[in-house]
Amino acid sequence: MSLPADDHKTIDARFLLHHQSAEKGGFSLDVDLTIPGKGITAIFGQSGSGKTTFLRCVAGLEKSDQGHLTINGDTWQSPSLFIPTHKRSLGYVFQESSLFQHLTAKGNLDYAIKRSAETMTKELYERVMAIMGIEAILHRYPNQLSGGERQRVAIARALLMQPRLLLMDEPLASLDVARKQEILPYLEKLHLAFDIPVLYVSHSLDEVARLADHTVVLDHGKVIAQGGLTEIFSRIDLPIRFGEDTGVVLQGKVVERDNQWHLARVAFNGGELWVRDGGDDVDQPVRIRVLARDVSLALSNHNDSSILNRLAVEIAEISSGQDESIALVRLKLGEEYIIARLTQRSLHQMQLEPGKKVWAQIKSVAIVR
Amino acid sequence: MTAKQLLLSTVLFFAGSGLWIKQLYAAEINGAEEINVAVASNFKPVMNDLVAHFQQQSGHRVKLSFGSSGKIFAQIKYGAPFYIFFSADQAKPIALEQEGLIEPNSRFTYAIGTLALWSTKKNFVTEELLRLKSGDFNKLAMANPKLAPYGAAAVEVLDHLSLTASTQPKWVQGENIAQTYQFVSTGNADLGFVALSQIIDKGHSNSGSIWIVPEAFHQPIRQDVVLLKRGKNSRAAAELLQFMRSGEAKKIIEAYGYKTLTSTSKTIPITTPITTPITIPITMKNPEV
Amino acid sequence: MSFSEADIAAIWLTLKLASTVTVLLLIIGTPIAWWLAKTQSWLKGPVGAVVALPLVLPPTVLGFYLLLAMGPNGFIGQLTENLGWGLLPFTFWGLVVASVFYSLPFVVQPIQNAIESLGDRPLEVAATLRAGPFDSFFTVVLPLAKSGFITAAILGFAHTVGEFGVVLMIGGNIPGETRVVSVQIYDHVEALEYAQAHALSGVMIAFSFFVLLGLYGFQRKQTSFLSPRGV
Repeated sequence: MSLPADDHKTIDARFLLHHQSAEKGGFSLDVDLTIPGKGITAIFGQSGSGKTTFLRCVAGLEKSDQGHLTINGDTWQSPSLFIPTHKRSLGYVFQESSLFQHLTAKGNLDYAIKRSAETMTKELYERVMAIMGIEAILHRYPNQLSGGERQRVAIARALLMQPRLLLMDEPLASLDVARKQEILPYLEKLHLAFDIPVLYVSHSLDEVARLADHTVVLDHGKVIAQGGLTEIFSRIDLPIRFGEDTGVVLQGKVVERDNQWHLARVAFNGGELWVRDGGDDVDQPVRIRVLARDVSLALSNHNDSSILNRLAVEIAEISSGQDESIALVRLKLGEEYIIARLTQRSLHQMQLEPGKKVWAQIKSVAIVR
Repeated sequence: MTAKQLLLSTVLFFAGSGLWIKQLYAAEINGAEEINVAVASNFKPVMNDLVAHFQQQSGHRVKLSFGSSGKIFAQIKYGAPFYIFFSADQAKPIALEQEGLIEPNSRFTYAIGTLALWSTKKNFVTEELLRLKSGDFNKLAMANPKLAPYGAAAVEVLDHLSLTASTQPKWVQGENIAQTYQFVSTGNADLGFVALSQIIDKGHSNSGSIWIVPEAFHQPIRQDVVLLKRGKNSRAAAELLQFMRSGEAKKIIEAYGYKTLTSTSKTIPITTPITTPITIPITMKNPEV
Repeated sequence: MSFSEADIAAIWLTLKLASTVTVLLLIIGTPIAWWLAKTQSWLKGPVGAVVALPLVLPPTVLGFYLLLAMGPNGFIGQLTENLGWGLLPFTFWGLVVASVFYSLPFVVQPIQNAIESLGDRPLEVAATLRAGPFDSFFTVVLPLAKSGFITAAILGFAHTVGEFGVVLMIGGNIPGETRVVSVQIYDHVEALEYAQAHALSGVMIAFSFFVLLGLYGFQRKQTSFLSPRGV
């Protein structure tokens, strides 16, 4: 079977599901989505939003009454068809460790290799071992591994299935901050090394900002927004609150490195920002994150402040509905947007309104990737 | 007499004032006793009947414990508080006698069991014993000859008929005569040597066929009773044993299909075997478990 | 202590019976335990209660009803006769059938508990690794619920060895066919052959003690091996 052209690679998913549980009351999932059939798509939402249920529907672990699922041309579910999980070409990484504890790490990998529909090549096997860095621990049983090691083995096991779709259900949620930092680089490498579409469920903005190409936001079982990462993160009209983590993600590349002050200049579609030099080479694509709480506004350009990054922006939108004292202001610069978080009082005193041109002062910028 | 019994009697007196209660009350104040008596299970229906009569006449209370003779024997040996033991055989009372656990010379035969070959199927048992002789049946049930006198008697009968070897492959043994009865009554065994008293008590009469085994075919199945050491000074125990020898008691015992020492062949014509079907009009009850 | 030929025959018969019953119980009990562990049906309660009935019913009661059911007028008896197997009471296979009923809860419940405590996750993981239902049962459920299955087998075996009331009711005390150790001991006691009874009982007690000792030792080893991590 020939694959459709790259541009036509999509995942079409339509699920309608109703759960009645004693503890949680009723829960409904009602989604109808078309998402890119490549790259990492983050399924983002707060707990109880239905993101895990959505993933389970995709895997076939849960059966929705009315459903339709096509993965890059392969239909897995339609009103007259339901391919059971064990016949779907997918890899699934569960939230907590899902290694079989009666098998060693190697035994777990072999379990997958033996059952995969694809033949395993030595090259692929070695590549997965190298990327996940687990060669030295293969003889151990799961209870002899750290949480991070177990998740790396679980990811490797999913990759060795050579699936057409990789599903990850908060693979880092059960890990502490240090372990998360240990695994995130492996996930980034995975993204670059394997051409497998990934659905990545998470409620962590950090993870999504760092990993995702495309984002779907779920709330109460419904899709409330979806689109490119930068677009979704720059929206201030969504009913869910990101709180302290509100901020945009910008895609750019390093254009200059200042060795004296250890800074790097990053250019993006709308301007340039100085960031702390993270060791990236010039021309290296990077992803930077600007949090709303780090952005303040001034009516004129002050060069007497300590703030390094000052950009001329235009107010696109003001959202003040969510909080009595705080407002979010969406600012346009070039083709991109950033968000500033201000007090309602400042908003009033500065007489800010859409269309007004102001200066954004950005206190801190982080390269997330 | 305990305070509880006095209270109970008093309550009954005021509540009922029925004639027998008055009698009972009167008897009790005239020195009535309560005694524990152990009885072999196969004699249960008869004993309940007998004790009812005895209590009414004497005013004594008799608390009956039923069990297999072997179990009761072991219990007595290890101190069970029984005054009298009605065994289903002669061996255990004799053993107790030899061990000095009974009042000397208290042992006597209170009943003699009647063995019957029985089937729930009509015309299965005939005078000529054709089926038994030809082997045209699925199983032959009997009590374990090692344990139960009825079982030993059944083997004697087969020996007498020279049928032991030919029937042995089809033997199924109940641990006691009650179980043997169940094997036949549930239809799992076509034929079985059971106690006549069981058939009479359970009212299996119209549906099946029966052959009452002639006395001459086996040693008598004597059931002996003994007064145990513990009952030595009990007036009630002595009275109960005396009652068992009375004509009234013997009449009751014989009505249940047993014989007694002085009255053999009075109630049942053993000389001519009864053949199917006998009609003993007693309502069907559920077999005991 | 020395055993008579009849005693030794009873011991062999008992071991043969218990082994046969254990194998059958694992085959029959596993799907029942599986269903009980996984079902959401309202029938779960009633079916579970029926399976557990032998725990509360006096064995002689159970034996009596089996005698009725397996007799010529009972539904099992009519079935076996129609199948040309004849009647089951007083046969070895009759004891096997009765023992399977009688020991069923001792096998179903440990397996059910093991499967329940396993949860759905290992099966889901196996499914995402392209393991079908049978594949995942043998490669995931069996190894992970091993302790439950071993406990079930040991309890089923031991309970069948110790079974008395039911055998008494339907066995008919046929040497080499239905006269098992417990019945033989009972016969010895009833016949006042206390020395032989003591000898056989001693064997039973020693056997049961070591079986249970082994079981508890095994379970302790399992719990210390079990880790809260992994599936």
